Amino acid sequence: MASEALTIKDKAAIVGLGETKYYKRGGAPVSEFRLACEAIMKAADDAGIKVTEIDGLASYADDRNEPIRMASALGLSELRLSNIFWSGGGGGVAGAIGNAAAAIAAGYANYVCVFRSLAQGQFYRFGAAPAPKTVTGNAMYTLPYGMGTAAQMIALRTRRFMHEYGVRQDALAAVAMASYYHAQFNPRAVMYGRPLTREQYDNSRWIVEPFHLYDCCMENDGAAAVIMTSAERAGDLRHKPAYVMAAAQGSSFRQGAGVHNAPDFGTSNFKTLAPRLFEMAGITPADVDVAQCYENFTGAVVMALAEHGLCAPEEVNDFCRFENLTWPDGKLPINTSGGNLAECYVHGMELVLEAARQVRGTSTCQVRDCEISLVVAGPAVPLVSDLILHG
Amino acid sequence: MAPDAAKSRYVLPAGMPMPDPARSAPFHHGFWEAARRHELVVQRCRSCATFQFGPEEICHRCHSFDLGWESVEAVGKIYTWERIWHPSFPVLKEACPYLVVLVELPQAGGVRMMGNLLGDPRRDPPIGAKVEAVFEDHDEGFTLVQWRLAE
Repeated sequence: MASEALTIKDKAAIVGLGETKYYKRGGAPVSEFRLACEAIMKAADDAGIKVTEIDGLASYADDRNEPIRMASALGLSELRLSNIFWSGGGGGVAGAIGNAAAAIAAGYANYVCVFRSLAQGQFYRFGAAPAPKTVTGNAMYTLPYGMGTAAQMIALRTRRFMHEYGVRQDALAAVAMASYYHAQFNPRAVMYGRPLTREQYDNSRWIVEPFHLYDCCMENDGAAAVIMTSAERAGDLRHKPAYVMAAAQGSSFRQGAGVHNAPDFGTSNFKTLAPRLFEMAGITPADVDVAQCYENFTGAVVMALAEHGLCAPEEVNDFCRFENLTWPDGKLPINTSGGNLAECYVHGMELVLEAARQVRGTSTCQVRDCEISLVVAGPAVPLVSDLILHG
Repeated sequence: MAPDAAKSRYVLPAGMPMPDPARSAPFHHGFWEAARRHELVVQRCRSCATFQFGPEEICHRCHSFDLGWESVEAVGKIYTWERIWHPSFPVLKEACPYLVVLVELPQAGGVRMMGNLLGDPRRDPPIGAKVEAVFEDHDEGFTLVQWRLAE
């Protein structure tokens, strides 16, 4: 009995999906707050519940739309959960779902909406480095050397991983091309109608080696939300539930050590999470039917696939090939909506919606007989998270 | 001095964000004072002798707050590197590409420090290669630790 109590497996499910139209950065004609409202209302409608039945709100990555404002603006009858996954950027998206599942399992709230609204055109660009005249603290040891963007941070880890395992640029290219390929089937995608050839990839400018332009996520305006509820309630709602089979969050030894001093460095930081995740789910990596792997940068995806046991690190060159990563015939289709590279950078929230769609059977690149749907959040940042959904 | 000559004294152009140790927590001060003297120091616990970098207020190993600075030989090995092509600051537009290296210091518990690698930025730095520190004095009163391949 005790071991049963210590899991969130199959206690909660994603039952409603909502997203705004997705825009290029600066393209949203309405405020970031309104984008959040629209995504939440669409998710409630999709679930077949009234917006005012939502009694929990959760997010991550310092979302600017605080639950107390959202709850008041939307006239929620009662707010019973106001939760944010602390820090972690895109590494928090699966963790936010896990936190909501735990809260539901514990009886905190009945209908939790996990959302992310991000209009980079209305605030600052994630791709830019801060450019103050002077810097303090750990930034003193990095920014004066022209090192401070996310791409520059993760390129260092990727280069080390490539060195240790002999990984070639082709593996990174395959990830970029898979996302763009899948986006061509998805009318929601910002890059719909804009396919990417290998030649275009190779000829695109370097941002920071080993990352070409197309190895880097987009900057967008958009919002996405899911409604979650208990497994018992989920069965009575409109759509096939996507049950939370497992979730994990965290970080290994000193991954946040200053000035890039994490002892294990050529890593996406999932070596301790992935085993916990699969143990909770009671499955093995070979059981995964489809994966949404957060593409901040393609190199981080490559590292994460290996660290989830989807391939051995020594087999990355062979595994990360376009044919293998794409729907419908690849061994493991990844990022089947286009993800952060080609659908919309909603800080990975769009990946959670796509993972749930795969379980429902409604993806625009629907994997046949999809049962097990993995979400990997924020690889290679110091704090990361994971999620497995199933039908 | 001609503007070109001024530029050539530093790896990156003038106008980059400048370190401001005085406004940083006291446990950062020792590094910058030493760099000004062209000395490389690493934070070290006076209680358990563990090296630690970036500097922190507490020893991660024994939790002592009694931390000091240890002078070490100003050499290391290239642990990883990157060549940056996209200028993330306006002043970098003319400076790209440039190299950033993460240098491991085996003589100091394997801590890592960052810097630019001197020399041809279009040459790939070999991971594992030995490097030595170059102290880059700035007119504003601070010194950056840069790196060059050792003989």
